[in-house]
Amino acid sequence: MARYIIRRLLVFIPMLFLLTLIIFSLAKAAPGDPLTGKQLDPTVSKEVYEIQREELGLNDPLPTQYWNWLSSFTSGDFGQSMYYNGRSVESLISSRLLNTVYLGILAYLITLAVSIPLGIYSARRPYSLLDNTATTFGFVGLAIPNFFFGLIGIYIFSIHLGWFPSQSTMSDPLLTGIPAFMDRLHHMILPAITLAMAGTATYMRYVRSEALDILGSEYIRMAKAKGMKERTVLYKHTLRNALIPIITLSGYEFGILLGGAVITEQVFNYSGLGMLFIESIVNRDYPVIMAINLLLGATILLGNLLSDILYSVADPRIRYD
Amino acid sequence: MNNNINPTMEYKQREQQAKSPRQLAVQRFMANKLAVTGMITLTLIILSAIFAPLLTNIDPTRADLTLIEQAPSSDHLLGTDSSGRDNFARLLYGGRISLVIGFSAMMFSLMIGVATGTIAGFYGGKIDSLIMRFADLMLALPFFVLALTIIAIVDEVTIALFVFVIAITTWPNLTRIVRGSFLTLREREFVLSAQALGATNGRIIFKHLLPNAIGPIIVNATLLMATMIILESGMSFIGMGIPQPTPTWGNMLSEAQNIRILRDHPEAWLPPGLAILLTVLSINFIGDGLRDAFDPRSSQRSK
Repeated sequence: MARYIIRRLLVFIPMLFLLTLIIFSLAKAAPGDPLTGKQLDPTVSKEVYEIQREELGLNDPLPTQYWNWLSSFTSGDFGQSMYYNGRSVESLISSRLLNTVYLGILAYLITLAVSIPLGIYSARRPYSLLDNTATTFGFVGLAIPNFFFGLIGIYIFSIHLGWFPSQSTMSDPLLTGIPAFMDRLHHMILPAITLAMAGTATYMRYVRSEALDILGSEYIRMAKAKGMKERTVLYKHTLRNALIPIITLSGYEFGILLGGAVITEQVFNYSGLGMLFIESIVNRDYPVIMAINLLLGATILLGNLLSDILYSVADPRIRYD
Repeated sequence: MNNNINPTMEYKQREQQAKSPRQLAVQRFMANKLAVTGMITLTLIILSAIFAPLLTNIDPTRADLTLIEQAPSSDHLLGTDSSGRDNFARLLYGGRISLVIGFSAMMFSLMIGVATGTIAGFYGGKIDSLIMRFADLMLALPFFVLALTIIAIVDEVTIALFVFVIAITTWPNLTRIVRGSFLTLREREFVLSAQALGATNGRIIFKHLLPNAIGPIIVNATLLMATMIILESGMSFIGMGIPQPTPTWGNMLSEAQNIRILRDHPEAWLPPGLAILLTVLSINFIGDGLRDAFDPRSSQRSK
């Protein structure tokens, strides 16, 4: 297994390198560069413009430019925003990143809390009322676009019932301590449920089909035959094994949550990384777009790596050659 | 004893009983209630999009600023939007655009996916690892994010360009499926015998391998069309898809980002959302039905 993990790591590094290459190409394909504004400015003479180009390395051959870009990235310098007049990209991202991370964590907790019990109970009583309801919910959950689900959520729970706020991350930035936490949580519940929807439906189907397989297996029959309690059979033998696909999926979930956050945050006006991404797309703020792409890509590659490793740890039956 | 039974009768009966794998698949599909319901619903949605001009005589792009955000009336069944365009006409004509985009993007993605998957799975070796590494890389970026990034780079979004963008961000899944089927099929005896008989690579690919991999390809292409429709609506919703005034379901939903419309005019945003939901649900049911029809064992594994 150690050899497998090492080999997997060896694949990860060139992938990360290729990812930077693709994002650099996209950045170069984008119109304009940090000096486009100055070129149009009549007070900046052509000579000064050319000197600045030279200083910023914009006249260097592409491989040199790529190398400089990559090395500044690895040293944590993501460049400057073209829209927010030279504000550094990392300060823009770091001010939003935590909001998205909190949202993602809450969404993931909701996913686990709903999908695992539903999946297990559906498998225990297949084709019962609960199972059929859960299956229907699963079909709808996978088919409904999350922004439409979010709109319905706002319409019912914010506008008509008034239970949850529909906009922003907090109502009063001056709050501190427990009230601030509760306020943030209150704002996060609707977006988190929206974000969790698709994952919950997927996980539930996985847990159900895995648990069904396990309940029909010999070792469960054996456990029942020797007089083990139903609860013990369910929790100790079935649940633990049915969780294997969930563990494996958890790494991939990074990407799904981050991708979903882009549109969910837009619906709820939730000031996170996803909303920053959309704002940057609208403003054509390429340095921010590329930095977020790189951040997402690297996180997802890391998540996939984690998934593969967890899989080999969680299920010793898997063999690698 | 049945000696007096006409032998040709018996032969005819047997011919009726013996069914080709394709007929069996059709039979299994037709026995699946959800799949048939999905098929009927989708057909109705497609028909209402095709015959939109017969169902309404209002031009979906005609704006009338004296009649904005009207409540439903006999003139405007679902009221009007923030530019005074008729919501009912936009719903019908929007279905056209959304379905056409979903279908053509799926076909485009399918072509890229089948071509790359065939090359990777059949030839193997260096070209295989090259294609698959690239596919993995494309999968490392959420396609929604990648598609938005490309849209930000290009100047003006047309329907053709939009289809191209969402197709080139979604092909790697199909590549994996096709390659996977080819890798197992390639080792089977009938391929070996075709090779021994001197069949060319092209003949083996098109006559022996592709027809045998058609089941998973069709199933995944169906499900991909659902993904494409959601992707289009999502991008149009945030204003980065098909530009207004062209009606699409996503464009109609983007009106609901205005809290006033969301609160006061559910008749404006609920129908296009339900239309997307129904279409995607029907396509998913059809996809599941096709999967069970092509591979009956799959229905025993999961529901």
